[in-house]
Amino acid sequence: MTGLKIHQDKCVGCGLCVKTCAADALAIQNKKAVVNEACFLCGMCLDSCPFKAISIEKQAAPKEDLSAYHGIWIYAEQQQGKILQVAYELLGKGQELAKQKGCKLTALLFGNDVANEAQSLIAYGADEVLLCEHPLLDTQIGENYIDLFDQLIQERKPEILLFGATGFGRSIAPRIAARRQTGLTADCTILEIDPVKGLLNQTRPAFGGNLMATIICPNHRPQMATVRPGIMQVQPCDVTHTGEIIRVDYPDQDASKTASIELLEQVIAAHVNTIVDADIIISAGKGIGSQKNMELVKRLAELMGGVVGVSRPLVDIGWSEYQNQVGQTGSTVSPKLLITFGISGAIQHLAGIGGAKTIIAVNTDPEAPIFSVAHYKVVADCVEILKHMIANLEALPENGLLIEESKDKLS
Amino acid sequence: MKIAVCIKQVPSTNEVHMDPVTNTIIRDGKQSVTNPFDTYALEQAVQIKDHLGGEVIALSMGIPATERLLRDATSRGADRSLLLSDRSFAGADTLATSYTLSLGIRELGGVDLILCGKMAVDGDTAQIGPELAEQLGLPHVTDVLAIDAIDEQTVLCRKATDNGYQRLKVTLPALLTVVKDLNMPRMSSLPGILYSLDSPFESKTAADLSADPARIGLNGSPTQVVRTYVPQRIREAIVLEGDESQLAEDILNIYSEVI
Repeated sequence: MTGLKIHQDKCVGCGLCVKTCAADALAIQNKKAVVNEACFLCGMCLDSCPFKAISIEKQAAPKEDLSAYHGIWIYAEQQQGKILQVAYELLGKGQELAKQKGCKLTALLFGNDVANEAQSLIAYGADEVLLCEHPLLDTQIGENYIDLFDQLIQERKPEILLFGATGFGRSIAPRIAARRQTGLTADCTILEIDPVKGLLNQTRPAFGGNLMATIICPNHRPQMATVRPGIMQVQPCDVTHTGEIIRVDYPDQDASKTASIELLEQVIAAHVNTIVDADIIISAGKGIGSQKNMELVKRLAELMGGVVGVSRPLVDIGWSEYQNQVGQTGSTVSPKLLITFGISGAIQHLAGIGGAKTIIAVNTDPEAPIFSVAHYKVVADCVEILKHMIANLEALPENGLLIEESKDKLS
Repeated sequence: MKIAVCIKQVPSTNEVHMDPVTNTIIRDGKQSVTNPFDTYALEQAVQIKDHLGGEVIALSMGIPATERLLRDATSRGADRSLLLSDRSFAGADTLATSYTLSLGIRELGGVDLILCGKMAVDGDTAQIGPELAEQLGLPHVTDVLAIDAIDEQTVLCRKATDNGYQRLKVTLPALLTVVKDLNMPRMSSLPGILYSLDSPFESKTAADLSADPARIGLNGSPTQVVRTYVPQRIREAIVLEGDESQLAEDILNIYSEVI
């Protein structure tokens, strides 16, 4: 039987599960929990029960022979012929997983005229590169990639397939998973091989980063995940590492399919220093007080070679633009240094900054939640700190020119 | 033009905290709301209908109480709604959910355009849109930030990319997922609310849809959650002290150390 099961021998009727249930599907009757029709198997109650008295029973799936699936594949996404950083991060993680599994690590390199990049994938850990070059792979039109992935998976049967959780990766990976009727875990931040079962444990933030969930895909292959950029470690480049480059054919396309989406124009934003890939972010929240103080934040970011980030309220009231918004409904960032001014740290905001290497938080409220994730806590007036920092930086001789420039702007 | 908008019921808050005594997870959020991203999809659909004529149908898979949100969608411009609700849909992951939604789209018949929010704020997967498109064999575009032109055959849209945007011409039928801020969702009007009370609403079960039992709900879900936990915030921040000029200097020293 499929469904929620309450183990009568373990349940003590404490009612914690009733409190946790968002669907009002649990109640206590005769000192035991009972489940009603409203249950939609979200599983929240399983973790709420200190006595492990609740489980979800699933009908055993018909077993497909999974032993034919071997090896770990990572998709080495490239844009304009340049391999993205996240691909090297996937190779770093992939090496570790392949070692544990005792299998090969394969990188998939698709594009038009990208063959010269294959060697660097090997130097960063790939044992094998599957290379496909075709004019239809020149641009990032997802439709043109799906049949290629599908064909390679069917022919070569990888056990694990990883994508960077980029905009493109998150658009094509679900399509490939649905084509193969297998599972996919989005935006993972931790990947491990279960030492007993050999399965890929895929851990990702859920509920806006308030919960971490570990997900497995036991009976379907490949086990697929997209992996958040900026989290996994790149391993050192080793030019002595050898690997094979295998050219694969682009599959015959149904012409109507490739014609269904046509790229009219590709616009690359003028300033590449966006908050998503910035090393330094100076971010501001409502605590900075007034809109004119945004100028101080911008000036400090400029002096420090960083970019401005903001919390959602500042976008809502029009002090900044959406592209600067950090958090669950904005961008997830992973800079080397994040300095926050007047951000209290709503949970949706914290969900977006978990990848920052160093966080310095400035806020007047010593109890602000931002301090629970910060490395350095500064309880002080944001505007004063901003002014002092700007003054100190402007006093540096190498910034003399900058000051002249900004004076020009002012005059 | 026949437009289907996928709507998800999500908890009103994502707050989760640890019960300090029992060390277990307590999740608030019994109040349910429409996934915010879906409200932009609905508004876009209604604007297209206003421009081209046709019909907007709000579609959801969920518990019976989701009817409230679907009626809310009809108060904001949708013509009717379809709820896919059955105990056997419970426990579905994105693959099983997208399969079930594809049955709903087929049930509606002749849908030209499917609009979804970019992602749901409780799951954050952003997978339903592309998976649903695949289940239906339709082209899809994610992260649409503007629709520049649309007629019965094609849509010209702008898709946000990691470093800019693409302008695309998409042949219909197709599925688009939309980001926030591509429009300003309207409030329910009084006539809208009155309409929604009697707006056509249907609820279909797995049997009504002739769903394959092996592809729905928990049984149709390849993924399994094996563990959930509250991330450890064990970090104890180093407290910087002193007057403002001292603090500014300390911060700049850390800056030169880490960069």
